Amino acid sequence: MPLKSSSLVAALATLLLAWSPAPARSDTPVIAAASDLQFAVTEVAQAFTADTGMSVRLSFGSTGNFSRQIREGAPFQIFMAADEEFIIDLARDGFTVDEGDLYAVGRIVLMVPHGSSLSPDENLDALAEMLAAGEISRFAIANPDHAPYGMRAREALIKRGLWDDLQPFLVLGENVSQAAQFALSGNAEGGIIAYSLALAPEVAPRGRYALIPEEWHAPLRQRMALLNNADSAAEAFYTYMKEPAAREIMRRYGFVLPEDGG
Amino acid sequence: MDWTALSLSLQLAAWTVAILLPVSIVMGRFLAYRQFRGKGLVEALVMLPLVLPPTVFGFYLLVAFGRNSPVGDLWQSLFGSQLVFTFEGLVLASVIFNLPFAIQPAQRGFEAIPVEVREAAACCGMSSPASLWQVELPLAWPGVMTAMVLTFAHTLGEFGIVLMVGGSIPGETKTIAIAIYDRVQGFDDRGAAIMSAVLVAISLFTIALTYWLSARMGRRLS
Repeated sequence: MPLKSSSLVAALATLLLAWSPAPARSDTPVIAAASDLQFAVTEVAQAFTADTGMSVRLSFGSTGNFSRQIREGAPFQIFMAADEEFIIDLARDGFTVDEGDLYAVGRIVLMVPHGSSLSPDENLDALAEMLAAGEISRFAIANPDHAPYGMRAREALIKRGLWDDLQPFLVLGENVSQAAQFALSGNAEGGIIAYSLALAPEVAPRGRYALIPEEWHAPLRQRMALLNNADSAAEAFYTYMKEPAAREIMRRYGFVLPEDGG
Repeated sequence: MDWTALSLSLQLAAWTVAILLPVSIVMGRFLAYRQFRGKGLVEALVMLPLVLPPTVFGFYLLVAFGRNSPVGDLWQSLFGSQLVFTFEGLVLASVIFNLPFAIQPAQRGFEAIPVEVREAAACCGMSSPASLWQVELPLAWPGVMTAMVLTFAHTLGEFGIVLMVGGSIPGETKTIAIAIYDRVQGFDDRGAAIMSAVLVAISLFTIALTYWLSARMGRRLS
């Protein structure tokens, strides 16, 4: 009997080791992209693969978090930030090849789920009224401490004079995708999210939106840069982002492109 | 269904178990039999990952093993790759984070062995390793087995640390838990629902299997 147990241990250990070699490290470059690009850049990457036969791996998240990870040595090859400050800081500290390029200017929208008592209007009048009447229970934005879309949402709400009153009702997403998830889950009256998300086929059917005046906040100048370890496939994708096919896709997701007068 | 992420999680769990199995036996046995000054502190250290939020641990890992840290430098010069944002880094994080799950149940298993049994083994002239292999392990086996299953299941469910030090790289650090998070944020409710259900099924199966195994083991031994 002792023999049986010990052979079981040995068999189990052998099985585990034989079955699980560490995953091979792939050469396909990884792109860190701000989460407002979730749908737009996924589509660009598909077009890129169809046109060139090369592929890239995409990782979406908050610009602030990626920026931190790049400083700690994350092996991304391109960083597409939602705000250019992050790229300029990284460039100054030598983490990127150069200061990169402005690739898009983003907009923010007020989006409400179907069935919400809040109606989206571009001056946020309905929001102000409902807030005054105590009819707002939850309102979602991205975390303004580190998410660029959250910072702009805060600026717009301050400009409209709603920020202080809205404080107790805010739910903060770690990034703008999560804010959109919160806003449209049906557990909030709505939220301020990226225009590019509101236009995405996965999100658009879930609610209604109104564009917030761009004078209400600093522009969301989105900059990208090649990181120091970028290979030729990463460089090819970087160039592709500036070509007509990619620009057309980005435009469809509501981004204003640099030379279009953004 | 993201099979790459599922397979990555299973590999991570398997590696964690493979590394922690000997640790669990050696440390569990040591802590079960030996009394020494500072034992309470050692036991507390082992249990620490259980109560620390993953964010604390993730932050320390990022700083301690990141670029420009001594550990990160050493690893870089030894293996030519960095530690954070790699599969190896996740394995290391997972091993440390699972210490309480791996050691605690094994320790209880060894503690349950009557001291007379060990003395009898020693009186028969058995060396310590022989006693471990032929007398103690068969008795403590349910404890060790429970430890390994908990470790396996807990690794599949680990999220916070992976989010902080993984970087969500498909095929390298994007585990099933992260993939589910990404799907939810990508408004892919169906994908998230399928993956969650698969994860529930695997975890339930693994834990049910242990209970069944240890019940069987208990019957055989009695």
